[in-house]
Amino acid sequence: MAVLGIRVHPRDNVAVVAADVQAGDLVRLDDGSEVAAVEAIPRGSKVALCGIASGGAVIRYGEEIGRATKDIAAGEYVHTHNLAGGR
Amino acid sequence: MSEDFVFQGWRRADGRMGIRNHCLVLATVACAAGVVREVWRRLPEVVSVEHAHGCGRGGPDLGLQVKTLAGLVQNPNVGAVVLVGLGCEVVSVRLLKGAVARSGKPLETVVIQEVGGSRKAADRAEGLARRLLGELESLPRERGTAADLMVGLECGGSDTFSGLTANPAVGKAVDRLVELGGTAILAETTEMIGALGPLLRLAESEEVAAKLKANVERQEARAREILGPLADGVLAPGNVEGGLTTIAEKSLGCIAKGGSSPIREVVDYGDRPSRQGLVVMDTPGYDIESLAGMAAAGAQAVLFTTGRGTPVGFPAVPVIKISSNSELFEAMPDDIDLDAGIVLAGKSIDEVGEQILGLLLRVARGQKTKAEVNGQAVFAIAQGGPAF
Repeated sequence: MAVLGIRVHPRDNVAVVAADVQAGDLVRLDDGSEVAAVEAIPRGSKVALCGIASGGAVIRYGEEIGRATKDIAAGEYVHTHNLAGGR
Repeated sequence: MSEDFVFQGWRRADGRMGIRNHCLVLATVACAAGVVREVWRRLPEVVSVEHAHGCGRGGPDLGLQVKTLAGLVQNPNVGAVVLVGLGCEVVSVRLLKGAVARSGKPLETVVIQEVGGSRKAADRAEGLARRLLGELESLPRERGTAADLMVGLECGGSDTFSGLTANPAVGKAVDRLVELGGTAILAETTEMIGALGPLLRLAESEEVAAKLKANVERQEARAREILGPLADGVLAPGNVEGGLTTIAEKSLGCIAKGGSSPIREVVDYGDRPSRQGLVVMDTPGYDIESLAGMAAAGAQAVLFTTGRGTPVGFPAVPVIKISSNSELFEAMPDDIDLDAGIVLAGKSIDEVGEQILGLLLRVARGQKTKAEVNGQAVFAIAQGGPAF
């Protein structure tokens, strides 16, 4: 099944999922592009739209919200386990 | 809506317009709390305000206490006031009366130690409040417009949807209010940490930009000093459960409430803006203290977004609660006034923004908010300078 993903700014490399997502579900953005979730992601949480290398900027609202603390693959759940403020 | 944004309010002696006409019974010091509560028990038509602040505090904190209490007394939603003090406190009824002398507002005082204790003080204050309530009833109403309104912006119990639905929808309502000549206050300096870039782009002048930068950097340094490595996550547990990971992420969603108008002025906690349009106030992220600062500045209403659900209200100032998701709206129908979660089901941010502006107008015309119906009205003053 496909779940709505909300990306605010074209630069964003994460989107927020509007419903609970299971591994294998497609997350579909408003421009029609899709990313396949590689793991379960709770509603309201972030999914990586592309690969983000460890130390790389995680972008939401077109701004950096923190850095990846490990390599993140497209479709992965992004939260406290792989993203930190570290300003 | 421009021609239609009209309501009947109460013009105060200082020229500002109230959308409520309350008789405030205010304890100037914590020791007088029991008396104002007793007056409210006997006379629920009054708005009673008590707080936990007393003597033995530093100059800056006492200054904030006086400024905030004086500002609340002068809020245009307040038509008349009974100040209740103990008698030996620093922030006495006389001091406060002096601070608001120029407001031209009917104001009476009761001092517990002078009238012979709590019961007599309550009797006296009740009698004064009854008379003032009677006088307020005969005050004429006048036509008010958006240009008479100053609206505080606040969020509490945010989730990831707050920054996607409720906050940008409030931002849209604020854009429209500002177009119509109104004023909105974006506050919560703690929740600007990590979001300075977009704020500076809205700054109208270099002076505004410099003050914004100084406020946010000072608050960030303070957070680092006190919280250490935890500063990057100044988030409540509910925020993290809601899907927010970092403070910058929360902040970027938070400032969306301000919309896209130029920031015309940056004021200190509790200070009255001198400009109309979008202004920024330096307040803590803690919602109750932040509301007190905006009410002291003269805000007649507050647009308050929430993702997790909070029942918070404020004395004399209607607080309009907007949910970021529809589940919350359904789960807490008696606390939430409007659901912005419908954005997730395809409604546009513009459309929800118009709904918010429409609700603001109805509240200005007298419709009670859920927090007013529930009698949710808690009061606290920022301490040690704005904190977090």
